[in-house]
Amino acid sequence: MTAATELRAKQDRGRKVAQNREKWAQGRTYISAAVILIWCLAPAYWMVVTAFRNVGFTYDTSLLPTHVTLDNFITAFDTSFGNRFGQALLNSVFIGVTVTVISLVIGVFAAYALARLNFRFKYLVLGFILGASMFPGVALITPLFQLFTNIGWIGTYQALIIPNISFVLPLTVYTMTSFFREMPWELEEAARVDGCTQGQAFRKVIMPLAAPAIFTTAILAFISSWNEFLIASQLSNDATQPVTVAIANFAGAQPQQIPYTAIMAAGTIVTIPLVILVLIFQRKIVAGLTAGAVK
Amino acid sequence: MATELGPTSVKEPASGGTPIHHAPKGVGEDNRIASQGRWASWLLAPTVIALAIVIVYPIISAIVMSFEKDAGLDPVTGLFTAGGPAGFSNYVNWIAQQCAAPGGGTVACPPGTLGAQFWSATATTFFFTVVTVTLETILGFWMALIMARTFKGRSLVRAAVLVPWAIPTAVTAQLWLFIFAFEGIANKLFNTTILWTGSEWPAKWAVIIADTWKTTPFMALLILAGLQMIPAEVYEAAKVDGASAWQRFRMITLPLVKPALMVAILFRTLDALRMFDLPYILTEGSNNTTTLSILVINQIRQGFNAAAALSTITFIIIFIVAFIFVRFLGANVVEQQTGAGKGKK
Repeated sequence: MTAATELRAKQDRGRKVAQNREKWAQGRTYISAAVILIWCLAPAYWMVVTAFRNVGFTYDTSLLPTHVTLDNFITAFDTSFGNRFGQALLNSVFIGVTVTVISLVIGVFAAYALARLNFRFKYLVLGFILGASMFPGVALITPLFQLFTNIGWIGTYQALIIPNISFVLPLTVYTMTSFFREMPWELEEAARVDGCTQGQAFRKVIMPLAAPAIFTTAILAFISSWNEFLIASQLSNDATQPVTVAIANFAGAQPQQIPYTAIMAAGTIVTIPLVILVLIFQRKIVAGLTAGAVK
Repeated sequence: MATELGPTSVKEPASGGTPIHHAPKGVGEDNRIASQGRWASWLLAPTVIALAIVIVYPIISAIVMSFEKDAGLDPVTGLFTAGGPAGFSNYVNWIAQQCAAPGGGTVACPPGTLGAQFWSATATTFFFTVVTVTLETILGFWMALIMARTFKGRSLVRAAVLVPWAIPTAVTAQLWLFIFAFEGIANKLFNTTILWTGSEWPAKWAVIIADTWKTTPFMALLILAGLQMIPAEVYEAAKVDGASAWQRFRMITLPLVKPALMVAILFRTLDALRMFDLPYILTEGSNNTTTLSILVINQIRQGFNAAAALSTITFIIIFIVAFIFVRFLGANVVEQQTGAGKGKK
């Protein structure tokens, strides 16, 4: 055995050890990834599986769908026990769209100013808007409840839309601000140099670039309005309640029995569109979410 | 696009905003600033006015209300009390847990009344906050470290963590109520017969677990964004210098991710302090799961003015916590927002 072969053997051994360590680390990563996947998806999966289960087998524990039926979805829309899930869906869409449009139209100007202009009190305004987004809803609800009671607004759509603006608008403003800050504004300059007017430059160059950011912000705004429960639970009535309130108050045929399968079906209907939307625009949503840093 | 989830490079000075490129220093600079200021006020006016209407006005109105007496029948004593100026009595009554007594004056609120729950609700709120935020930070950090690695299916994991976040809290509450039902999957899996929503500690843990499930992904994504700001070269250099994995984590990852982490913790803390939906639906506030927010909501229908005082107390508590964070723990939120591209992508 020459020194050379010995050296080579040593090198081989070293390489093997390194490779093994590499493999082992990769393996651990995959195990951890699997744990994260199960932790995040299992409860949601359980909701969907239960939604398709015959009500007699509510507590079935088999992991795969059993006793599959669509009855629960029919029960979810059934109004005979005082549930108004179908109406609530429409309410939530209407409230969500209105709040989103108002917040975007108002917020986009503010975001432009915060991202593009230098002025005094900029930090003050930013701090004010950030503070507004962290505001506890209960601090608003008492005076609003009294005010809306006095003017007969309890149970109206405007009583649900106006308070929602209080947390959707700040979210919109600074999600947009951080998106605007990252846009290539030099292109606006370039368009001006090429003979565009300020308005043309904005319309033809900036708007197309800003569209994805605005769209992402709109999704985030809609989701946060869609998820609102506190204010709606106090200020809505049977006719105007959004889905969150409808699902929280879901009643069954017997008062003692919670109609879990129907609730899971309703929950699935409420959740699936959101999840699909979020997964399609995943990258943008995550960017917006971490920029806005608000639920 | 810097919105791509990838390592971002350029750091602009944290002076806030992008410099306006066509502005040469010197002549006309003051003019430009002034005109920008005018522009800015016009652009910001709608937002500021809207927030003044939906936030500032209710706050002021709540504070004004909190110094008035509730008129009407006292729910505890059954006596009619007239309204009128209350001074600080609404606040004092909550904090000292005093209720109006027959023949004027106050007595300690009988157990079971809302007035007797102030300190237990405060304790519950802080308990939930400390436990959930701690759990979410640890779990979220771990998830972020995993998601920052390169492996097949990474995008799948990153998509999956968005699912709990996208489910409305009201649905989450009902879903966990079902999971924790007596015949539900949780008891079956662990072979236990716990009435989860029937006694204090299981009920508390049910709320904590549900909240942790829902909001850990959000935390993980924020921390991941912070991790991705750290240039890979730093790790390479540390490796060359012979730093162990633990040292790299302690000396590089932690300090560099700290700003993003602090902001994430701050947001979650303020969020947890106003927790309402989950305990309200999951346990209906029973078994000592009543948070301050739930107490306010229960009080509204028994007297606006006392509720206004309680919601103002809640607001002050949250404000103080936020102040402590920003002042002493260096959660520089505005800096994060304006310092272009610091862990906020």
